[in-house]
Amino acid sequence: MNTTAIDTAGTAPSRFICHEEPPVHNGTLLGFWIYLMSDCFIFASLFACNAVLGTNYAGGPSAAQVLDLPGLAVNTALLLISSVTFGFAMLEMARRNQRAMLGWLAVSGLLAAAFVGLEIHEFAGMIAEGAGPDRSAFLSSFFTLVGTHGLHVSVGILWLIVLMVQTGKFGLTEANIRRLRCLSMFWHFLDLVWVGVFSYVYLAGVLR
Amino acid sequence: MNHPSASGHDTPAGHGDDALHVHQGSLRGYLTGFVLAAILTVIPFWLVMGHVLSSPWLTISIVLLFAIAQILVHIIYFLHLDVHSEDGWNMLAFIFTIVLVVIVLGASIWVMYNENTNMMPMSPQYHHHTE
Repeated sequence: MNTTAIDTAGTAPSRFICHEEPPVHNGTLLGFWIYLMSDCFIFASLFACNAVLGTNYAGGPSAAQVLDLPGLAVNTALLLISSVTFGFAMLEMARRNQRAMLGWLAVSGLLAAAFVGLEIHEFAGMIAEGAGPDRSAFLSSFFTLVGTHGLHVSVGILWLIVLMVQTGKFGLTEANIRRLRCLSMFWHFLDLVWVGVFSYVYLAGVLR
Repeated sequence: MNHPSASGHDTPAGHGDDALHVHQGSLRGYLTGFVLAAILTVIPFWLVMGHVLSSPWLTISIVLLFAIAQILVHIIYFLHLDVHSEDGWNMLAFIFTIVLVVIVLGASIWVMYNENTNMMPMSPQYHHHTE
């Protein structure tokens, strides 16, 4: 710790390597948080699109005609429970209880997979009824926003599987713990975005 | 650094870990968050699906207020955001994001609403909006 990067002569080859502790602890987690904040902008612009185009039905079906609220309730419950079970996994990780953690992660992954499955089923049903993304501006914005969220959840499941395999193989190493923490933030963040989706796009959408 | 808890430990996975335990969460925290989120979800669903209120705009306003409340619950109980996480940088980035998101959403809705109302009717299909 005595050799710092401050080299007034400027001759040392390590001039561009930071030997000190980075100014912020757990820089990866902060960096990932900033990524999530940038993801907020993607969703904010898609929400803005839906707010502007949400009633442009172009003679096609309205939100109240195509959106399935009972199915939405099931999906919302699945995602919320999956968020909590992921929290349980993080608690087991803090206790270094790897088996229990992997169990809770698997439960979270299965719940999220059920969510994506139901969403694909809903999309397929709408497209079969002629209410696909090409039907009206409302449906374009709907499919883009909900589809982007669903894509995020799908990538999250893929990431979860990769981390479960890695943890199973290499154990709870420092790197794996850091990765799992990032995934945990991602997972909760997607549930947070879903609150906006079901409230604004679905519940408010059918009343507009 | 101001991480007294991180200085005295050198367990294999302990580095940078102890500094984090403040926003690690607890069983109680997750369950509290879950119950609050469930309540804040069920009420808007009931309002909309049960047609409880006669005014749609009042219902929409209440639904959106519940959404904001639930987002706060998620941030506090699930994402564990507080003014101390990462020396306050998380909060700073979050506040910055909120300001920009409000500008993006608010300005888009405001500008496009005026565009729509001031635009000349183009076809009979859109005509009834202007009357």
